[in-house]
Amino acid sequence: MIDFVAPTIDWAAVSPVLVVLAAGVLGVLLEALVPARARRSVQLVLTLGALAGALVAVALLWGRVQEAALSVVGGSYLLTPFGLGVQAVVVVCALLGVLVVADRPGGQDAFAPTAAAVPGSTYEEQARRAGLEQTEVYPLVLFATGGMMLFPATDDLVMLFIALEVLSLPLYVLCATARRRRLLSQEAAAKYFLLGSFASALLIFGVALLYGFAGSVRLGAIAEALAGQGASPLAGMDVLALAGVLLVVAGLLFKVGAAPFHAWTPDVYTGAPTPVTGFMAACTKAAAVGALVRFLFTLAEGMDAGTRHGVEVVLWTVALLTMVVGTVVGVVQTDIKRVLAYSSIAHAGFVLVALVGFSETGAAAVLFYLLAYGLATVGAFAVVTVVRERLTTPVPDAEHGAASAASDTLLGEATHLAQWAGVGRKAPWLTAAFALFLLSMAGIPLTAGFIAKFGAFSAAVDAGAWPLAVAGVVASAVAVFFYVRVIVLMVLTPPADELVPDGGAPDGGAPEAAGTDAGPDAGAAAHAVGGGAPTGTLTAAPAATRTVVTVVTTPGPAALVVALCAAGVLLLGLLPASVLDLAGQAAKFVP
Amino acid sequence: MTNPYVPVLVLMAVAAVLALGGVAASAVIGPKRYNRAKLEAYECGIQPTPQATGGGRLPVKYYLVAMTFIVFDIEVVFLYPWAVSFAWLAGFGLVAMLVFLALITVPFVYEWRRGGFDWV
Repeated sequence: MIDFVAPTIDWAAVSPVLVVLAAGVLGVLLEALVPARARRSVQLVLTLGALAGALVAVALLWGRVQEAALSVVGGSYLLTPFGLGVQAVVVVCALLGVLVVADRPGGQDAFAPTAAAVPGSTYEEQARRAGLEQTEVYPLVLFATGGMMLFPATDDLVMLFIALEVLSLPLYVLCATARRRRLLSQEAAAKYFLLGSFASALLIFGVALLYGFAGSVRLGAIAEALAGQGASPLAGMDVLALAGVLLVVAGLLFKVGAAPFHAWTPDVYTGAPTPVTGFMAACTKAAAVGALVRFLFTLAEGMDAGTRHGVEVVLWTVALLTMVVGTVVGVVQTDIKRVLAYSSIAHAGFVLVALVGFSETGAAAVLFYLLAYGLATVGAFAVVTVVRERLTTPVPDAEHGAASAASDTLLGEATHLAQWAGVGRKAPWLTAAFALFLLSMAGIPLTAGFIAKFGAFSAAVDAGAWPLAVAGVVASAVAVFFYVRVIVLMVLTPPADELVPDGGAPDGGAPEAAGTDAGPDAGAAAHAVGGGAPTGTLTAAPAATRTVVTVVTTPGPAALVVALCAAGVLLLGLLPASVLDLAGQAAKFVP
Repeated sequence: MTNPYVPVLVLMAVAAVLALGGVAASAVIGPKRYNRAKLEAYECGIQPTPQATGGGRLPVKYYLVAMTFIVFDIEVVFLYPWAVSFAWLAGFGLVAMLVFLALITVPFVYEWRRGGFDWV
């Protein structure tokens, strides 16, 4: 029997992921041991501390990883400069995302008091009255972040699959925890879970085929087998490898949200609690694109011309389709969260344009794009959390007739675009920031989005994919339409409540949109009146008794997030040099 | 040489025949003895409908038992191989297993403190 040699583990290399996951485990323990009253603050301190610690660890490793990639336990964990760069983007976006999660606009956070209760039940109502909070969201966010950081930093397909599950499962749960519109939230989680499991199954099937082809789950070994140096009996069956590669890519593209694997995106982004949507949109996309780059770029080195052509055809088609679907379908959306969801699909397409050449320039462009897109997205969803509906119910007064006194109830988010009319007058600064995020997503010069898109498209042109770059520019031009439409609506259109002076039902789409969220604490009431026709609950009521207006609540920590994201988007747009340098360093392919 | 994609197509055809064949065969040859319990949506011991009046609490004891089982199940799955190679793995194995046991106790503590074992 050979002697057992304990593996030496380079703890420093693993530290960014380890800090986050350990804090997640500690968070679960704190949930069990800390009294309910103190939980939220303790969890918040722990979560922010862990993410900040991970960011410091990433910064400390930056120089070391430039010299040689750090391989731990034979490549189970492989930290390349690019992987570290993706980890940096994920941690920055997660830090901002957690601050939005912690925000309580209007005195309540965005999460259900007990997510396990049946929507509209008395039990849920009791939990709401008791002021319960589901502070488990913080450990869940930490676990998801840990998975996302592991995702692009492994050379092992089994670890890739585990990272995928570690990042996905907490997200499925988080999607189901919205405080308002409970049924929509649960539906989103169920959809995400079912489709996500399907994508995971595709990915693991691809891993099985690749293992059959190369006799190893290490990416390096598979690349060697592709180059014809493998010892596996099936080496040489390049079609098997191609099928495996495409199945794994399909699983990854699902997480990226690229067409034709995008169908879950709008529903899940709409149903999930908005802070989670922001976190998910920015961080999951960064992690999944990072894993895609790691997987494809490593294998591309070993591919012969034929196999490589096969993969490129698929990437071209997917990139083109994603940009078209994202922009064209995005144009006709009437819900702000759906608009942002389709914009995120379109952005997935732009990122794919950057990586078709499998080149260092492309990898650097991808990294910068992910950061620019992540900042704008977290910021935009943070603004969405504070634009809310307020229900005014006049209290009948016998002496003075109707409407002498009124009680106000703050409802859920006003997500219908018609309700965003005139928001610019109510909150000019927030509107300015939101407009900045939208302009950055559109790729207007002087914002981060412009530099990012320029980098992505010029990387594509360098790689000879100029038709894709042209398609990207056209898609961006079309996308400008729907971003500018929202800005015009916020700044130039008068608010709906100004159109109807004394509380009559406002014209246009506002009452219908409001109806979907009718009653105090939304989901519960909409469910109670039957759920089937919630649209009628407000419009059917006598017009002068109840009105719903759009208000902008004062954000807490989310205000900081909006400010930081806006500053980031502007800085990356005006002075991108230093960050571009960092992205360039991170994209160097170190052996 | 034939088109290299032919084996992939053959594989897909075999998969389709297996999947559809299984469904078709059980529909044709399988015995059909329906009863009330068999026609219900789930066979996990919980009435799928109706829920308790006014929504109310779902009886989640079943899931709690399942989750507690998984905690100990996973624990034992790794304890047995460790027991077999205990001497070989020596100190490293001991430390690794203790870390693993500590980690797997965390969900147990969580469930315990949150009343997962209060059976009323």
